[in-house]
Amino acid sequence: MKQKNGLWGKILLVLTAIFFYAPIVYIMIFSFNGSRSLTKLNGFSLQWYEKMFSDRTMMQAIFYTIAIALLATVISTVVGTLTAIGLSRSKKILRNVVEQVNNLPVMNPEIVTGIGLLMFFSAIGIKKGFGTMLLAHVMFCIPYVILSVMPKLRSLDPNLADAAMDLGATPLQALWKIIVPQITPGILSGALIAFTMSFDDFVISYFVTGNGVNNISILVYTMSKRVNPSINALSTLVIAMITLVLIMINIIPMIQEKRKKRKDETVL
Amino acid sequence: MKSFQRISYPYILWMTLMIVAPMLLIVLYAFTTQGNDVTTFRFTLENFARFFQDAVFLDVLKRSLIIAVATTVICVLLGYPIAYVIAQHNPKNQMRLVLMVTLPTWINMLVRTYAWMGILQDDGIINSFFSLVGLGPVKLLHTTFAVILGMVYNFIPFMILQIHTSLTKMDQSLLEAAEDLGANRVESFLRVTLPLSLPGVISGITLVFLPAVSSFFIPKLLGGGQYVLIGNVIETQFLTSGDWNFGSAISLIMAVIIILSMYLAKKVDRSPESLGGGSKG
Repeated sequence: MKQKNGLWGKILLVLTAIFFYAPIVYIMIFSFNGSRSLTKLNGFSLQWYEKMFSDRTMMQAIFYTIAIALLATVISTVVGTLTAIGLSRSKKILRNVVEQVNNLPVMNPEIVTGIGLLMFFSAIGIKKGFGTMLLAHVMFCIPYVILSVMPKLRSLDPNLADAAMDLGATPLQALWKIIVPQITPGILSGALIAFTMSFDDFVISYFVTGNGVNNISILVYTMSKRVNPSINALSTLVIAMITLVLIMINIIPMIQEKRKKRKDETVL
Repeated sequence: MKSFQRISYPYILWMTLMIVAPMLLIVLYAFTTQGNDVTTFRFTLENFARFFQDAVFLDVLKRSLIIAVATTVICVLLGYPIAYVIAQHNPKNQMRLVLMVTLPTWINMLVRTYAWMGILQDDGIINSFFSLVGLGPVKLLHTTFAVILGMVYNFIPFMILQIHTSLTKMDQSLLEAAEDLGANRVESFLRVTLPLSLPGVISGITLVFLPAVSSFFIPKLLGGGQYVLIGNVIETQFLTSGDWNFGSAISLIMAVIIILSMYLAKKVDRSPESLGGGSKG
Protein backbone atom coordinates (compact mmCIF):
# COMPACT_ATOMS: atom_id res chain seq x y z
CA MET A 1 0.00 0.00 0.00
CA LYS A 2 2.69 2.49 0.97
CA GLN A 3 4.98 1.73 -1.93
CA LYS A 4 2.62 2.80 -4.71
CA ASN A 5 4.38 6.11 -5.13
CA GLY A 6 5.99 5.80 -8.46
CA LEU A 7 8.02 8.30 -10.37
CA TRP A 8 4.82 10.05 -11.48
CA GLY A 9 3.82 10.72 -7.91
CA LYS A 10 7.17 12.32 -7.18
CA ILE A 11 7.03 14.44 -10.34
CA LEU A 12 3.52 15.59 -9.44
CA LEU A 13 4.62 16.64 -5.95
CA VAL A 14 7.66 18.50 -7.26
CA LEU A 15 5.50 20.34 -9.80
CA THR A 16 3.01 21.18 -7.05
CA ALA A 17 5.77 22.59 -4.88
CA ILE A 18 7.07 24.69 -7.79
CA PHE A 19 3.56 25.95 -8.56
CA PHE A 20 2.95 26.95 -4.94
CA TYR A 21 6.31 28.50 -4.15
CA ALA A 22 7.58 29.93 -7.45
CA PRO A 23 5.50 33.14 -7.22
CA ILE A 24 6.57 33.67 -3.62
CA VAL A 25 10.25 33.17 -4.44
CA TYR A 26 9.86 35.29 -7.59
CA ILE A 27 8.56 38.29 -5.69
CA MET A 28 11.30 37.96 -3.06
CA ILE A 29 14.04 37.85 -5.70
CA PHE A 30 12.68 40.86 -7.56
CA SER A 31 12.48 42.90 -4.37
CA PHE A 32 16.31 43.01 -4.56
CA ASN A 33 16.34 43.97 -8.24
CA GLY A 34 18.61 46.80 -9.39
CA SER A 35 16.05 48.27 -11.81
CA ARG A 36 12.35 49.03 -11.91
CA SER A 37 11.67 46.01 -14.09
CA LEU A 38 9.42 43.25 -12.77
CA THR A 39 10.69 40.87 -15.42
CA LYS A 40 14.45 41.39 -15.90
CA LEU A 41 17.02 41.18 -13.14
CA ASN A 42 19.67 43.89 -13.20
CA GLY A 43 21.98 43.30 -10.29
CA PHE A 44 21.42 43.39 -6.57
CA SER A 45 20.23 46.43 -4.70
CA LEU A 46 18.37 47.40 -1.58
CA GLN A 47 16.93 50.56 -3.11
CA TRP A 48 13.32 49.31 -2.99
CA TYR A 49 13.66 48.61 0.71
CA GLU A 50 15.08 52.09 1.23
CA LYS A 51 12.16 53.49 -0.76
CA MET A 52 9.73 51.47 1.33
CA PHE A 53 11.18 52.58 4.65
CA SER A 54 11.18 56.22 3.59
CA ASP A 55 7.63 56.03 2.20
CA ARG A 56 5.24 57.40 4.81
CA THR A 57 2.10 55.68 3.49
CA MET A 58 3.86 52.31 3.38
CA MET A 59 5.21 52.62 6.90
CA GLN A 60 1.78 53.71 8.11
CA ALA A 61 0.14 50.75 6.41
CA ILE A 62 2.62 48.40 8.10
CA PHE A 63 1.93 50.05 11.43
CA TYR A 64 -1.86 49.85 11.03
CA THR A 65 -1.70 46.22 9.89
CA ILE A 66 0.35 45.12 12.90
CA ALA A 67 -1.54 47.29 15.40
CA ILE A 68 -4.93 46.07 14.24
CA ALA A 69 -3.79 42.44 14.03
CA LEU A 70 -2.43 42.54 17.60
CA LEU A 71 -5.43 44.35 19.06
CA ALA A 72 -7.94 42.19 17.18
CA THR A 73 -6.11 39.03 18.26
CA VAL A 74 -6.08 39.97 21.94
CA ILE A 75 -9.68 41.17 22.01
CA SER A 76 -11.11 38.31 19.97
CA THR A 77 -9.15 35.66 21.89
CA VAL A 78 -10.34 36.92 25.28
CA VAL A 79 -13.94 37.50 24.21
CA GLY A 80 -14.11 34.34 22.11
CA THR A 81 -12.73 32.14 24.90
CA LEU A 82 -15.05 33.57 27.56
CA THR A 83 -18.02 33.27 25.22
CA ALA A 84 -17.18 29.67 24.41
CA ILE A 85 -16.91 28.84 28.12
CA GLY A 86 -20.25 30.54 28.77
CA LEU A 87 -21.88 28.76 25.85
CA SER A 88 -20.60 25.37 26.95
CA ARG A 89 -22.70 25.80 30.08
CA SER A 90 -25.75 27.30 28.41
CA LYS A 91 -28.89 25.66 27.12
CA LYS A 92 -28.50 23.73 23.92
CA ILE A 93 -30.87 25.98 21.97
CA LEU A 94 -28.92 29.11 22.78
CA ARG A 95 -25.65 27.38 21.95
CA ASN A 96 -26.96 26.19 18.60
CA VAL A 97 -28.31 29.62 17.67
CA VAL A 98 -25.02 31.32 18.52
CA GLU A 99 -23.02 28.69 16.62
CA GLN A 100 -25.24 29.11 13.56
CA VAL A 101 -24.96 32.89 13.58
CA ASN A 102 -21.22 32.57 14.16
CA ASN A 103 -20.93 30.48 11.03
CA LEU A 104 -22.36 33.31 8.93
CA PRO A 105 -19.14 35.34 8.61
CA VAL A 106 -17.13 32.13 8.18
CA MET A 107 -19.37 30.85 5.37
CA ASN A 108 -20.39 34.13 3.76
CA PRO A 109 -18.35 35.51 0.89
CA GLU A 110 -16.08 38.15 2.38
CA ILE A 111 -17.44 40.80 0.06
CA VAL A 112 -20.93 40.31 1.53
CA THR A 113 -19.60 40.67 5.08
CA GLY A 114 -17.68 43.75 3.93
CA ILE A 115 -20.60 45.61 2.39
CA GLY A 116 -22.88 44.63 5.29
CA LEU A 117 -20.47 46.21 7.76
CA LEU A 118 -19.98 49.23 5.52
CA MET A 119 -23.73 49.93 5.54
CA PHE A 120 -23.99 49.15 9.25
CA PHE A 121 -21.25 51.60 10.21
CA SER A 122 -22.76 54.34 8.12
CA ALA A 123 -26.26 53.58 9.46
CA ILE A 124 -25.15 54.11 13.04
CA GLY A 125 -22.96 57.01 12.03
CA ILE A 126 -19.45 55.84 12.91
CA LYS A 127 -16.78 57.51 10.81
CA LYS A 128 -14.84 55.03 8.75
CA GLY A 129 -11.20 54.62 9.73
CA PHE A 130 -9.04 52.84 12.28
CA GLY A 131 -11.95 52.20 14.64
CA THR A 132 -14.25 50.63 12.08
CA MET A 133 -11.44 48.49 10.72
CA LEU A 134 -10.63 47.22 14.22
CA LEU A 135 -14.32 46.53 14.98
CA ALA A 136 -14.66 44.62 11.70
CA HIS A 137 -11.55 42.56 12.38
CA VAL A 138 -12.72 41.67 15.88
CA MET A 139 -16.08 40.72 14.34
CA PHE A 140 -14.65 38.22 11.88
CA CYS A 141 -11.94 36.88 14.22
CA ILE A 142 -14.12 35.91 17.20
CA PRO A 143 -16.00 33.13 15.34
CA TYR A 144 -12.68 31.42 14.54
CA VAL A 145 -11.60 31.60 18.18
CA ILE A 146 -14.91 30.13 19.32
CA LEU A 147 -14.65 27.42 16.66
CA SER A 148 -11.25 26.34 17.90
CA VAL A 149 -11.98 26.61 21.65
CA MET A 150 -15.39 24.87 21.59
CA PRO A 151 -14.14 21.33 20.81
CA LYS A 152 -11.65 21.52 23.68
CA LEU A 153 -14.43 22.49 26.08
CA ARG A 154 -16.58 19.61 24.96
CA SER A 155 -13.99 17.10 26.14
CA LEU A 156 -13.67 18.88 29.48
CA ASP A 157 -15.10 17.50 32.71
CA PRO A 158 -17.61 20.18 33.81
CA ASN A 159 -17.49 18.96 37.40
CA LEU A 160 -13.89 20.08 37.90
CA ALA A 161 -14.70 23.78 38.00
CA ASP A 162 -17.68 23.11 40.23
CA ALA A 163 -15.53 21.05 42.55
CA ALA A 164 -12.98 23.88 42.75
CA MET A 165 -15.72 26.33 43.66
CA ASP A 166 -17.13 23.94 46.26
CA LEU A 167 -13.66 23.91 47.78
CA GLY A 168 -13.75 27.67 48.10
CA ALA A 169 -12.39 28.98 44.81
CA THR A 170 -14.05 32.10 43.44
CA PRO A 171 -15.57 31.74 39.96
CA LEU A 172 -12.70 33.81 38.60
CA GLN A 173 -10.14 31.48 40.19
CA ALA A 174 -11.98 28.43 38.90
CA LEU A 175 -12.01 29.96 35.44
CA TRP A 176 -8.35 30.95 35.43
CA LYS A 177 -6.86 27.99 37.30
CA ILE A 178 -9.08 25.09 36.28
CA ILE A 179 -10.75 25.75 32.92
CA VAL A 180 -8.25 27.91 31.02
CA PRO A 181 -5.18 25.66 31.54
CA GLN A 182 -7.08 22.71 30.11
CA ILE A 183 -8.15 24.48 26.94
CA THR A 184 -4.92 26.39 26.31
CA PRO A 185 -4.07 24.58 23.04
CA GLY A 186 -7.47 25.57 21.62
CA ILE A 187 -7.04 29.17 22.77
CA LEU A 188 -3.57 29.39 21.23
CA SER A 189 -4.61 27.97 17.88
CA GLY A 190 -7.62 30.30 17.89
CA ALA A 191 -5.32 33.25 18.55
CA LEU A 192 -3.00 32.19 15.74
CA ILE A 193 -5.86 31.91 13.27
CA ALA A 194 -7.21 35.27 14.41
CA PHE A 195 -3.83 36.93 13.98
CA THR A 196 -3.20 35.64 10.49
CA MET A 197 -6.79 36.28 9.37
CA SER A 198 -6.50 39.86 10.52
CA PHE A 199 -2.96 40.36 9.25
CA ASP A 200 -3.83 39.05 5.78
CA ASP A 201 -7.30 40.49 5.41
CA PHE A 202 -8.04 42.53 2.34
CA VAL A 203 -11.68 42.39 1.25
CA ILE A 204 -13.42 43.34 4.51
CA SER A 205 -10.81 45.98 5.43
CA TYR A 206 -11.12 47.47 1.95
CA PHE A 207 -14.83 48.13 2.42
CA VAL A 208 -14.81 49.38 6.02
CA THR A 209 -11.78 51.63 5.96
CA GLY A 210 -11.64 55.31 5.26
CA ASN A 211 -9.95 58.52 6.28
CA GLY A 212 -6.66 57.40 4.72
CA VAL A 213 -6.25 54.40 7.00
CA ASN A 214 -4.83 51.58 4.87
CA ASN A 215 -3.45 48.20 5.72
CA ILE A 216 -0.77 46.44 3.69
CA SER A 217 -3.27 44.54 1.52
CA ILE A 218 -5.22 47.65 0.57
CA LEU A 219 -1.97 49.41 -0.28
CA VAL A 220 -0.81 46.56 -2.51
CA TYR A 221 -4.20 46.59 -4.24
CA THR A 222 -4.23 50.31 -4.91
CA MET A 223 -0.55 50.52 -5.87
CA SER A 224 -0.46 47.46 -8.12
CA LYS A 225 -2.09 49.40 -10.95
CA ARG A 226 1.28 51.02 -11.67
CA VAL A 227 4.69 49.36 -11.73
CA ASN A 228 6.14 49.95 -8.31
CA PRO A 229 8.89 47.61 -7.15
CA SER A 230 8.51 48.84 -3.58
CA ILE A 231 5.47 46.57 -3.47
CA ASN A 232 7.87 43.64 -3.91
CA ALA A 233 9.85 44.81 -0.90
CA LEU A 234 6.65 45.26 1.09
CA SER A 235 5.43 41.81 0.03
CA THR A 236 8.74 40.25 1.00
CA LEU A 237 8.44 41.90 4.41
CA VAL A 238 4.92 40.47 4.79
CA ILE A 239 6.10 37.00 3.80
CA ALA A 240 9.03 37.23 6.22
CA MET A 241 6.81 38.36 9.09
CA ILE A 242 4.23 35.59 8.64
CA THR A 243 6.99 32.99 8.23
CA LEU A 244 8.58 34.24 11.45
CA VAL A 245 5.27 33.97 13.31
CA LEU A 246 4.77 30.43 12.00
CA ILE A 247 8.30 29.39 12.94
CA MET A 248 7.86 30.84 16.42
CA ILE A 249 4.55 29.02 16.85
CA ASN A 250 6.19 25.77 15.83
CA ILE A 251 9.44 26.17 17.71
CA ILE A 252 8.26 27.50 21.08
CA PRO A 253 6.34 24.32 21.98
CA MET A 254 9.38 22.26 20.95
CA ILE A 255 11.69 24.25 23.22
CA GLN A 256 9.19 24.07 26.05
CA GLU A 257 8.92 20.34 25.66
CA LYS A 258 12.68 19.95 25.68
CA ARG A 259 12.93 22.06 28.83
CA LYS A 260 10.19 20.06 30.43
CA LYS A 261 11.98 16.83 29.55
CA ARG A 262 15.22 18.14 30.97
CA LYS A 263 13.41 19.20 34.12
CA ASP A 264 11.83 15.79 34.43
CA GLU A 265 15.21 14.18 33.99
CA THR A 266 16.81 16.31 36.69
CA VAL A 267 13.93 15.54 39.04
CA LEU A 268 14.43 11.86 38.42
CA MET B 1 -23.60 24.89 38.15
CA LYS B 2 -24.53 27.64 35.74
CA SER B 3 -22.21 30.31 37.07
CA PHE B 4 -20.41 30.94 33.79
CA GLN B 5 -23.47 31.15 31.58
CA ARG B 6 -23.72 34.88 31.76
CA ILE B 7 -20.25 35.59 30.41
CA SER B 8 -21.47 34.77 26.92
CA TYR B 9 -24.24 37.38 27.02
CA PRO B 10 -22.14 40.39 25.95
CA TYR B 11 -21.06 38.51 22.86
CA ILE B 12 -24.65 37.63 21.97
CA LEU B 13 -25.44 41.34 21.96
CA TRP B 14 -22.31 42.10 19.91
CA MET B 15 -23.12 39.29 17.49
CA THR B 16 -26.63 40.63 16.95
CA LEU B 17 -25.26 44.06 16.17
CA MET B 18 -22.20 43.15 14.12
CA ILE B 19 -23.31 39.99 12.30
CA VAL B 20 -27.10 39.92 12.16
CA ALA B 21 -27.83 43.63 11.68
CA PRO B 22 -25.50 44.07 8.66
CA MET B 23 -27.10 41.05 6.96
CA LEU B 24 -30.55 42.51 7.56
CA LEU B 25 -29.36 45.85 6.17
CA ILE B 26 -28.33 44.15 2.92
CA VAL B 27 -31.79 42.61 2.56
CA LEU B 28 -33.46 45.90 3.47
CA TYR B 29 -31.42 47.92 0.96
CA ALA B 30 -31.94 45.34 -1.78
CA PHE B 31 -35.71 45.73 -1.59
CA THR B 32 -35.93 49.50 -1.23
CA THR B 33 -35.37 52.45 -3.53
CA GLN B 34 -32.37 54.67 -3.45
CA GLY B 35 -32.24 57.90 -1.55
CA ASN B 36 -34.75 57.12 1.17
CA ASP B 37 -33.82 58.06 4.68
CA VAL B 38 -34.12 55.68 7.56
CA THR B 39 -37.67 56.64 8.47
CA THR B 40 -39.45 56.19 5.15
CA PHE B 41 -38.91 53.03 3.16
CA ARG B 42 -40.29 52.45 -0.27
CA PHE B 43 -40.23 48.78 -1.05
CA THR B 44 -39.53 47.74 -4.59
CA LEU B 45 -38.24 44.96 -6.81
CA GLU B 46 -36.71 47.50 -9.20
CA ASN B 47 -33.12 46.63 -8.20
CA PHE B 48 -33.60 43.02 -9.18
CA ALA B 49 -35.47 43.89 -12.37
CA ARG B 50 -32.67 46.23 -13.36
CA PHE B 51 -30.14 43.44 -13.02
CA PHE B 52 -32.06 40.78 -14.91
CA GLN B 53 -33.16 43.12 -17.70
CA ASP B 54 -29.69 44.35 -18.49
CA ALA B 55 -27.73 42.16 -20.90
CA VAL B 56 -24.44 43.58 -19.61
CA PHE B 57 -25.07 42.40 -16.06
CA LEU B 58 -26.37 39.04 -17.21
CA ASP B 59 -23.19 38.60 -19.24
CA VAL B 60 -21.11 39.39 -16.18
CA LEU B 61 -23.09 36.88 -14.13
CA LYS B 62 -22.66 34.23 -16.81
CA ARG B 63 -18.91 34.89 -17.06
CA SER B 64 -18.50 34.76 -13.28
CA LEU B 65 -20.30 31.43 -13.11
CA ILE B 66 -18.31 29.94 -16.00
CA ILE B 67 -15.02 31.02 -14.44
CA ALA B 68 -16.00 29.75 -11.00
CA VAL B 69 -17.10 26.40 -12.41
CA ALA B 70 -13.93 26.10 -14.54
CA THR B 71 -11.79 26.92 -11.49
CA THR B 72 -13.63 24.34 -9.41
CA VAL B 73 -13.33 21.62 -12.06
CA ILE B 74 -9.60 22.27 -12.53
CA CYS B 75 -9.10 22.23 -8.75
CA VAL B 76 -10.78 18.81 -8.53
CA LEU B 77 -8.85 17.37 -11.48
CA LEU B 78 -5.48 18.61 -10.19
CA GLY B 79 -6.21 18.47 -6.48
CA TYR B 80 -7.41 14.89 -6.37
CA PRO B 81 -4.21 13.27 -7.74
CA ILE B 82 -2.08 15.52 -5.52
CA ALA B 83 -4.09 14.61 -2.42
CA TYR B 84 -4.00 10.95 -3.44
CA VAL B 85 -0.23 10.90 -3.84
CA ILE B 86 0.21 12.68 -0.50
CA ALA B 87 -2.05 10.13 1.20
CA GLN B 88 0.22 7.30 0.01
CA HIS B 89 3.15 8.49 2.12
CA ASN B 90 3.93 7.46 5.67
CA PRO B 91 2.33 9.65 8.35
CA LYS B 92 5.42 11.72 9.03
CA ASN B 93 5.96 12.62 5.38
CA GLN B 94 2.23 13.21 4.98
CA MET B 95 2.44 15.81 7.70
CA ARG B 96 5.32 17.53 5.91
CA LEU B 97 3.52 17.48 2.57
CA VAL B 98 0.32 18.83 4.10
CA LEU B 99 2.41 21.60 5.63
CA MET B 100 3.85 22.31 2.17
CA VAL B 101 0.30 22.76 0.85
CA THR B 102 -0.88 24.80 3.83
CA LEU B 103 2.04 27.21 4.22
CA PRO B 104 1.29 29.41 1.19
CA THR B 105 -2.30 29.91 2.37
CA TRP B 106 -0.95 31.68 5.46
CA ILE B 107 0.62 34.31 3.25
CA ASN B 108 -1.46 37.25 2.12
CA MET B 109 -3.58 36.25 -0.87
CA LEU B 110 -3.24 39.64 -2.45
CA VAL B 111 0.54 39.51 -2.31
CA ARG B 112 0.58 36.05 -3.88
CA THR B 113 -1.78 37.16 -6.63
CA TYR B 114 0.30 40.24 -7.27
CA ALA B 115 3.36 38.01 -7.71
CA TRP B 116 1.75 36.39 -10.74
CA MET B 117 1.51 39.78 -12.49
CA GLY B 118 5.27 39.85 -13.01
CA ILE B 119 5.48 36.21 -14.02
CA LEU B 120 2.72 36.49 -16.62
CA GLN B 121 3.82 39.74 -18.24
CA ASP B 122 4.67 39.86 -21.95
CA ASP B 123 8.39 39.89 -21.16
CA GLY B 124 7.97 37.85 -18.01
CA ILE B 125 9.63 34.58 -17.08
CA ILE B 126 7.12 32.34 -18.89
CA ASN B 127 7.33 34.31 -22.12
CA SER B 128 11.14 34.39 -21.91
CA PHE B 129 10.99 30.63 -21.76
CA PHE B 130 8.64 30.55 -24.75
CA SER B 131 10.96 32.76 -26.78
CA LEU B 132 13.84 30.39 -25.97
CA VAL B 133 11.97 27.59 -27.71
CA GLY B 134 11.10 29.95 -30.52
CA LEU B 135 7.54 30.86 -29.66
CA GLY B 136 6.50 34.47 -29.88
CA PRO B 137 5.32 36.27 -26.79
CA VAL B 138 1.92 34.93 -25.85
CA LYS B 139 -0.42 37.34 -24.14
CA LEU B 140 -0.95 35.82 -20.70
CA LEU B 141 -1.64 38.68 -18.34
CA HIS B 142 -5.09 40.28 -18.60
CA THR B 143 -6.69 37.18 -20.05
CA THR B 144 -9.31 34.73 -18.81
CA PHE B 145 -6.47 32.21 -18.52
CA ALA B 146 -4.68 34.45 -16.02
CA VAL B 147 -7.83 34.93 -13.95
CA ILE B 148 -8.52 31.20 -13.75
CA LEU B 149 -4.85 30.50 -13.02
CA GLY B 150 -4.93 33.01 -10.16
CA MET B 151 -8.07 31.46 -8.72
CA VAL B 152 -6.75 27.90 -8.99
CA TYR B 153 -3.49 29.02 -7.39
CA ASN B 154 -5.25 30.66 -4.46
CA PHE B 155 -7.98 28.12 -3.82
CA ILE B 156 -6.58 24.68 -4.71
CA PRO B 157 -4.98 24.17 -1.26
CA PHE B 158 -8.50 23.99 0.26
CA MET B 159 -9.43 21.27 -2.23
CA ILE B 160 -6.26 19.25 -1.62
CA LEU B 161 -6.64 19.43 2.16
CA GLN B 162 -10.29 18.37 2.11
CA ILE B 163 -9.68 15.41 -0.20
CA HIS B 164 -6.58 14.40 1.73
CA THR B 165 -8.52 14.38 5.01
CA SER B 166 -11.24 12.15 3.58
CA LEU B 167 -8.62 9.80 2.07
CA THR B 168 -6.78 9.38 5.35
CA LYS B 169 -10.02 8.80 7.24
CA MET B 170 -10.77 5.88 4.96
CA ASP B 171 -10.58 2.40 6.43
CA GLN B 172 -7.55 0.82 4.75
CA SER B 173 -8.79 -2.71 5.39
CA LEU B 174 -11.52 -2.08 2.83
CA LEU B 175 -8.85 -1.90 0.13
CA GLU B 176 -7.29 -5.12 1.33
CA ALA B 177 -10.71 -6.75 1.29
CA ALA B 178 -11.28 -5.56 -2.28
CA GLU B 179 -7.90 -6.97 -3.26
CA ASP B 180 -8.65 -10.29 -1.56
CA LEU B 181 -11.90 -10.45 -3.46
CA GLY B 182 -10.00 -10.18 -6.73
CA ALA B 183 -10.28 -6.48 -7.59
CA ASN B 184 -7.32 -5.00 -9.42
CA ARG B 185 -5.96 -1.59 -8.48
CA VAL B 186 -8.12 0.36 -10.90
CA GLU B 187 -11.25 -1.45 -9.81
CA SER B 188 -10.59 -1.01 -6.11
CA PHE B 189 -9.84 2.67 -6.69
CA LEU B 190 -13.02 3.25 -8.67
CA ARG B 191 -15.30 1.20 -6.43
CA VAL B 192 -13.81 1.76 -2.98
CA THR B 193 -11.47 4.75 -2.73
CA LEU B 194 -13.29 7.15 -5.02
CA PRO B 195 -16.79 6.77 -3.53
CA LEU B 196 -15.41 6.98 0.00
CA SER B 197 -13.45 10.15 -0.72
CA LEU B 198 -16.38 11.87 -2.42
CA PRO B 199 -17.47 13.78 0.72
CA GLY B 200 -14.02 15.39 0.75
CA VAL B 201 -14.36 16.32 -2.91
CA ILE B 202 -17.78 17.85 -2.26
CA SER B 203 -16.65 19.98 0.67
CA GLY B 204 -13.59 20.96 -1.37
CA ILE B 205 -15.90 22.06 -4.18
CA THR B 206 -17.88 24.34 -1.88
CA LEU B 207 -14.68 25.76 -0.42
CA VAL B 208 -13.38 26.61 -3.91
CA PHE B 209 -16.58 27.65 -5.66
CA LEU B 210 -17.63 30.14 -3.00
CA PRO B 211 -14.55 32.38 -3.05
CA ALA B 212 -14.18 31.90 -6.81
CA VAL B 213 -17.63 33.21 -7.61
CA SER B 214 -17.30 36.23 -5.31
CA SER B 215 -13.65 37.17 -5.87
CA PHE B 216 -13.02 40.66 -7.12
CA PHE B 217 -9.32 41.38 -6.69
CA ILE B 218 -8.10 38.39 -8.72
CA PRO B 219 -9.98 39.53 -11.86
CA LYS B 220 -8.86 43.10 -11.22
CA LEU B 221 -5.16 42.26 -10.85
CA LEU B 222 -4.81 39.43 -13.36
CA GLY B 223 -7.70 40.22 -15.72
CA GLY B 224 -6.98 43.91 -15.94
CA GLY B 225 -9.16 46.92 -15.21
CA GLN B 226 -11.63 46.05 -17.95
CA TYR B 227 -12.19 42.52 -16.69
CA VAL B 228 -15.45 42.56 -14.76
CA LEU B 229 -16.89 39.76 -12.66
CA ILE B 230 -19.88 39.92 -10.33
CA GLY B 231 -17.65 40.85 -7.39
CA ASN B 232 -16.29 43.82 -9.32
CA VAL B 233 -19.82 45.02 -10.06
CA ILE B 234 -20.63 44.93 -6.35
CA GLU B 235 -17.40 46.76 -5.54
CA THR B 236 -18.23 49.49 -8.09
CA GLN B 237 -21.75 49.94 -6.76
CA PHE B 238 -20.50 50.46 -3.23
CA LEU B 239 -17.27 52.35 -3.68
CA THR B 240 -17.67 54.24 -6.98
CA SER B 241 -21.30 54.72 -8.03
CA GLY B 242 -22.65 54.72 -4.48
CA ASP B 243 -25.80 52.82 -5.43
CA TRP B 244 -26.03 50.69 -2.31
CA ASN B 245 -29.53 49.44 -3.09
CA PHE B 246 -28.52 47.99 -6.42
CA GLY B 247 -25.27 46.65 -4.93
CA SER B 248 -27.18 44.94 -2.14
CA ALA B 249 -29.55 43.36 -4.64
CA ILE B 250 -26.61 41.95 -6.63
CA SER B 251 -25.04 40.59 -3.43
CA LEU B 252 -28.33 38.90 -2.59
CA ILE B 253 -28.49 37.34 -6.06
CA MET B 254 -24.94 36.08 -5.58
CA ALA B 255 -25.77 34.73 -2.12
CA VAL B 256 -28.78 32.87 -3.48
CA ILE B 257 -26.63 31.29 -6.20
CA ILE B 258 -24.07 30.20 -3.61
CA ILE B 259 -26.70 28.78 -1.26
CA LEU B 260 -28.33 26.89 -4.14
CA SER B 261 -25.03 25.40 -5.30
CA MET B 262 -24.17 24.35 -1.74
CA TYR B 263 -27.56 22.72 -1.40
CA LEU B 264 -26.99 20.86 -4.68
CA ALA B 265 -23.52 19.78 -3.57
CA LYS B 266 -24.93 18.40 -0.33
CA LYS B 267 -27.55 16.46 -2.27
CA VAL B 268 -24.92 14.89 -4.51
CA ASP B 269 -22.92 14.13 -1.40
CA ARG B 270 -25.74 12.19 0.18
CA SER B 271 -26.76 10.04 -2.79
CA PRO B 272 -23.54 8.07 -3.44
CA GLU B 273 -23.14 7.32 0.25
CA SER B 274 -26.57 5.79 0.49
CA LEU B 275 -25.88 3.99 -2.77
CA GLY B 276 -22.63 2.57 -1.45
CA GLY B 277 -24.29 1.47 1.76
CA GLY B 278 -27.01 -0.28 -0.19
CA SER B 279 -24.72 -2.23 -2.48
CA LYS B 280 -22.54 -3.30 0.41
CA GLY B 281 -25.50 -4.74 2.30
